[in-house]
Amino acid sequence: MGKAIISNNIRRLRFFASEMTQQDLADKTGVSRQTIVAIENGKYFPTLELAFRIALVFQVPLNEVFSFELAPEMEKKSREK
Amino acid sequence: MDLKEKRILVSLISSVLIMLIYCIYVYYRFIDGNPSLMNDMRFLGKAFLIMIPVAIGAQIIIQIVLAIAFKMAGHDEIDPIDDERDKLIELKSIKISHYIFILGFMLAMGCLAMGMHTRVMIFVLIASGFVASVVNEVLRLWYYRKGV
Repeated sequence: MGKAIISNNIRRLRFFASEMTQQDLADKTGVSRQTIVAIENGKYFPTLELAFRIALVFQVPLNEVFSFELAPEMEKKSREK
Repeated sequence: MDLKEKRILVSLISSVLIMLIYCIYVYYRFIDGNPSLMNDMRFLGKAFLIMIPVAIGAQIIIQIVLAIAFKMAGHDEIDPIDDERDKLIELKSIKISHYIFILGFMLAMGCLAMGMHTRVMIFVLIASGFVASVVNEVLRLWYYRKGV
């Protein structure tokens, strides 16, 4: 398996949710603020449970919070298969 | 640098200092005047056995002092919660430090197999435990800063 690109819209979603702070989101999802910072900066990919919890806070489907893409060379390989 | 990183850094520095100070103390207090003690397995056993509660006690005191210092400095998050990211970082760093300790254990057994003195085996064993603990703290710090 090769590299995958997982990006997120948490910063944008927080902005549209009355400029929710990172601490507010952390409190609502039961994690530390540092974890939210790490997720937003792409330094940590949350578990499925936490991902769903974040989506639940913003009342949006999971794929609106996180998006998944294969790295370009991987995409080519998977198409060939 | 957040509070968790500061705590790990303090723990890392203090564990190195505690080990260093304890070794210097034992050397000058006992071994310096009587070098034959280095071959006394009973003495070495006692010295390293006493080191464990001393190190744990010193670490607890340092962490309490640190918590008080953070409180006085006006930090809100005195005791940040341990979440899934912290557990993942801990698991990853412990896994690598265990490998290092196992490597040290094999090296210690190798020393015995090669007919070296038992004290060499003990020193290699203690050194591998210490290096594994330092690597554990360094890796935790590295994972917090660079991401998991």
